[in-house]
Amino acid sequence: MSVLAFFTWCENTWLGDAIRDSNWLFPAIESVHLLGLAVIGGAVLVVNLRLLGFGLGRQPVAQLWRDTRPWLLGSLTVMLASGLMLFTSESIKLYYHEAFWVKMSSLLLSILFTFTVVRKVALADPGRVRPLWSRVVGLVSIVLWSGVGVGGRWIGFS
Amino acid sequence: MLGFCQWLASTPWSVALHESIWVYPIVESVHVLTLCLFLGLVVIIDLRLLGATMIKTPASEVVGRLEPWTMAGFMVMAVSGALLFYAIPVKAYLNIFFRFKVLFLVMAGANTAVFHRTIFRTIGDWGGDPKPPLRARLAGGVSLILWAAIVVAGRMIAYNWFDKQT
Repeated sequence: MSVLAFFTWCENTWLGDAIRDSNWLFPAIESVHLLGLAVIGGAVLVVNLRLLGFGLGRQPVAQLWRDTRPWLLGSLTVMLASGLMLFTSESIKLYYHEAFWVKMSSLLLSILFTFTVVRKVALADPGRVRPLWSRVVGLVSIVLWSGVGVGGRWIGFS
Repeated sequence: MLGFCQWLASTPWSVALHESIWVYPIVESVHVLTLCLFLGLVVIIDLRLLGATMIKTPASEVVGRLEPWTMAGFMVMAVSGALLFYAIPVKAYLNIFFRFKVLFLVMAGANTAVFHRTIFRTIGDWGGDPKPPLRARLAGGVSLILWAAIVVAGRMIAYNWFDKQT
């Protein structure tokens, strides 16, 4: 099955049909997606601003990582679920939209980077992480996550 | 008020902004994406006031260190939001969701002002508590509800289902 065939199948599921047939379902799901965006933004920024040396500078990064993790995972789940619903309502259009692929690539990289590199630096013994390295990691993480947001906004312009 | 909005809509810059191919979408994108910075950190502060996250970090530290970032984010939100309104003053004024958004914004501002003038003054006493006092939790909870309503109302401004007819 090709990717396009799979996307076509997604668009023809009852979920895609239901969202397209409704006036208010799409904006309602998009509102949930936006609320998730705020929470994920907060959870990502608290840790990464700290890595950059801003924000909650007096708290250990490991503690901030652990404390925000449930909110990061929770908001990520909400984003993926609501995003999948939005996706089924216009899958074929998205297949041909470069912004969609930019967004998905950035999302994959952001998740991988966050749960490998950021996690490792956050949980490492602070004395063994060079300040420059933690700043680089914080900056790369913010840039990657921003790519997901910009890509998402760009999907709306077509 | 409608007359003022009609005058505003007739100014050359409003027309230029409304008809621009690039500037309007860019301002809109800035407005939406700054949500992460502004509302993201507001949510973290509110959750801390509720005792729902970062309970080992003193609330005084969370408010004191993150609030400057939310203020910076708010400036960007306010300027980009004002520009978005300036591009479509009449349409926005007649839109029920826009009116609700303004109402909720005023309420959120009042909630923050009350918080800072009352229970926040004694944050030195309770800042280290995992669970802040009721009035602080109330401020955090009300803020979360109002900002969620503001986001939803803002998204809905794009729809004119319930618009008054001119």
